[in-house]
This record gives sequence, structure tokens and C-alpha cells, in this order.
Amino acid sequence: MKITVCSTENSLYQDSFDIEGGNFNKAGIVSTRIKSILKQMGLPADVVRKCAIVSYESEINVVSYAKKGVINLTVNPETVLIEVVDEGPGIPNIDLAMQQGYSTADQKIREMGFGAGMGLCNIKNYSDIFHISSEVGKGAHLLMTINIKQ
Amino acid sequence: MNLETIVKEFGLEVRCAPENLKNNVTGGYTGDLLSDVIANSREGYIWITRQVHQNIVAVASLKEHAGIILINSCEPSRETLEKASQEKIPIMVSSLSAFELTGKIYNLLGKKD
Repeated sequence: MKITVCSTENSLYQDSFDIEGGNFNKAGIVSTRIKSILKQMGLPADVVRKCAIVSYESEINVVSYAKKGVINLTVNPETVLIEVVDEGPGIPNIDLAMQQGYSTADQKIREMGFGAGMGLCNIKNYSDIFHISSEVGKGAHLLMTINIKQ
Repeated sequence: MNLETIVKEFGLEVRCAPENLKNNVTGGYTGDLLSDVIANSREGYIWITRQVHQNIVAVASLKEHAGIILINSCEPSRETLEKASQEKIPIMVSSLSAFELTGKIYNLLGKKD
């Protein structure tokens, strides 16, 4: 299940951010921070926008479904890598989970305007390369690559 | 066009961050599904919604919206107001429905831009 993130020797920036499952009060803090880091590094606005969408949706998924998770951010000269690893129930059927509109969210999550079955689709659509894997009962692993030079 | 013009034109009630009513409005987006708003709205947009919980502030902040307008006289929660004040994101309330308010703002932006 583990995907090895490419060598970090040339990376310009690397950091990890913890996400607390179930805590909607803090949802969005990590992605807002990632966005401001990338902006400060002077990455193109479109790249920052894609990374912000990808990290926000990933963060919301961890908050909504997992016990806890971590986002690893790596900025290389030509790519931004966003890796999300969570501890939680995992995803039994990834093909189904990737379908637009499919959601296992409960009423509470839906009332807040989350859980519309768009999150994973947004992540895929705004990534240049997208990998997802999961082990039921253990968690999910997402790895997104966003190209800096289009 | 700045937020202040929209506030005056449609009698919006400003609930927080009045210091940022000079924010320039470049367009707008109407929606209550946060993933939809995250994917399709842009920097400088005014966001029209009926969601009142604090996560709307994170979305608006991440997308650098000019401000948020709550429709149908919905009031922001206390946590939402606190966060929006910290992040300096103006939240305004309108008695109109999303349909009416969106149409009016759309026309106003089209006229003066």
C-alpha cells in the first residue's frame, strides 16, 4: 500500500502537518497554511490554487472520516507533492468512492455542506498525477503531484 | 466595484470586519456545497450561501473571497463571527433569497464593471 515519495535531495521545501479527525473547528487550518507557504515561495497562482483545493479536500476527508492523519508537503523544482496518510476505517471500494456524488457521509456532515461526493473527484481533477490506495480498517493513502511547469 | 457599494445598494447588514468593505469584488458564486464552492469560486468573489457554521470562514479565507453574504436573514454562528473577525472576512446578511440576491448582484456587477 505504501507509495514511496520521490527522493527529497533536490526538494526546496518539506514539512508535515497533523490533522485531528472529527474536529470540524480546526478544519481548513492545515490547507490554509500550506497555501500561504506556497504563495510565499512565489509559486505560480494557478499551482497554488490547485494545491489549496487538493489539500483542503484531503483535510476535510481526514476530519470527516478518520481518527487522525498527516499531510506531507514536498516542493521540488518542478513539482509539488501532497501526500495524505490517515488512520481510519479506510475505503472498501475505491472505484465507488471515486464516483462523483457517491458519499458515505452522515447527516451531520452533510448539513454542513460537506459529504456531497465531490471531494475525491476535486482532488483527482486538480492533480496532475493522483494515486489512491486503502486498507480497510487501517486507513487511506493519497499521493498527489501538481506540476509547477505546465 | 467594492463591497461597500453592494452593501448600500441592497441594504445588507454587516456582521463583522467592516474595515474590509473596501475589498474589490471581481465576481460571485452562489452555493451551499463547500466542495462546489472550493472548486468553482475564485479570488475576489462574493460568496452567497445559507451555511452559517464556521467552516465557511476557512473556505472564504482559502479562496480569498471578498466576503460572504448569508441569505434569507440567516445569522452566522458565534464561532463563525469570531473566526471571520480574526481573518478579516466581512460577513453580511440579506433578507432576500439566494435566487433574488444573486440576480441583483449579477446585474449590478455587469452594469458597472
